[in-house]
Amino acid sequence: MIALLTRDLRLAVRAGGGFGLGLAFFLIVTVLVPFAVGPQTDLLTQIAPGVLWIGALLACLLSLDRIFALDWEDGSLDLLATAPLPMEGIVSVKALAHWITTGLPLVLAAPLLGVLLNLAGPGYLWLFVSLALGTPALSVIGTFGAALTVGLKRGGLLMSLLVLPLYVPTLIFGAEVARRGAEGLAVQTPLLMLAGISFGVAALLPFASAAVLRINLR
Amino acid sequence: MELTASNLMVARGGVPVLEGVSFALAPGRALVLRGPNGAGKTTLLRTVAGLQPAMQGEVRGAGERIAYAGHVDGLKTMLSVSENLDFWARVFGRSGIDAALSAFNLVALQDRLAGTLSAGQKRRLGLARLMVTGRPVWVLDEPTVSLDADSVALFAGAVRAHLGQGGSALMATHIDLGIPEADVFDVAPYRAKPRAAVQDEAFL
Repeated sequence: MIALLTRDLRLAVRAGGGFGLGLAFFLIVTVLVPFAVGPQTDLLTQIAPGVLWIGALLACLLSLDRIFALDWEDGSLDLLATAPLPMEGIVSVKALAHWITTGLPLVLAAPLLGVLLNLAGPGYLWLFVSLALGTPALSVIGTFGAALTVGLKRGGLLMSLLVLPLYVPTLIFGAEVARRGAEGLAVQTPLLMLAGISFGVAALLPFASAAVLRINLR
Repeated sequence: MELTASNLMVARGGVPVLEGVSFALAPGRALVLRGPNGAGKTTLLRTVAGLQPAMQGEVRGAGERIAYAGHVDGLKTMLSVSENLDFWARVFGRSGIDAALSAFNLVALQDRLAGTLSAGQKRRLGLARLMVTGRPVWVLDEPTVSLDADSVALFAGAVRAHLGQGGSALMATHIDLGIPEADVFDVAPYRAKPRAAVQDEAFL
């Protein structure tokens, strides 16, 4: 399992691995929004948490189809399926590798990019916390979507349509934590809901992903 | 432990392609599957490897004893030859790739990226992977595609060595591998009777 994780991370940082793809997309979104909205700093302050969360979510979505597609194309997925690793372990490691290469850079970059959107002072901490807690859920749900569409030619569109509704609860509670935090309100309720979603999907979805992957490999 | 298939029916895309297939593969033996294109050799091998369920019948002595090699080699083009091999060794909980590198004449290539290898060299790397798995039963689908005569001889030598250590090999191929002691199993007589596809088998 550690071998699989190190291989995926190593592949991600080598040429053509796609590391930084999500981060670059996130940067573009947050840089362009102030230009589009105009120089109204109080309006930007108001929409900053939501925009940052949508940016992070779409950046996450961008790299999902790589999770299994590359391994499926070159045959390593078949070979992994016959290896002594449990399929549930394989999909969990894949989700973890996706989070480390996509989610974690977003979490770390978001406070910096918050400056561009004039995010309110107390919001930085809660933006960081909500993304740190929410992006693992995005990766795990995305891995499920990628497992569902592995083997389909140009499955990216179908996967986006399948995954987006599943992303809605994470987005609602994650952005709510960031918004309330920025306005100085109590964040406990949405924070608990967000944590519940993350831990829930991390506990349950790998089994579903492994099951659909086994079916898709037939 | 013997690998046995009894009264196996295998399907591709819900359509049965072979039925009533029975064979046994003892340790130290090799079995070569023959049959025309589309006869179902690949489907049979994937079923034996556990990648898809049999519609009828059962396979015994497979599961965790199988090392499978399909049409594509499962190589990562951006990893070097030794990194690719080392990864599979670690996945199978083993270490030491030197024997596999020298058996397939890859020592001089070990620091090259797999993406820069020729088709035959990639194939040799894919076959070298079998040796690092440490699994006793090799299930190989057209292992000699794109190999030159010398490499086929290397491959035959590796299979012989594997059989000599009590391993066994099940191979689908169209060419003469140079392993005369291997048994031959022709799948053509087991072609399934035409019938309608079983829909939605994946979800039943």
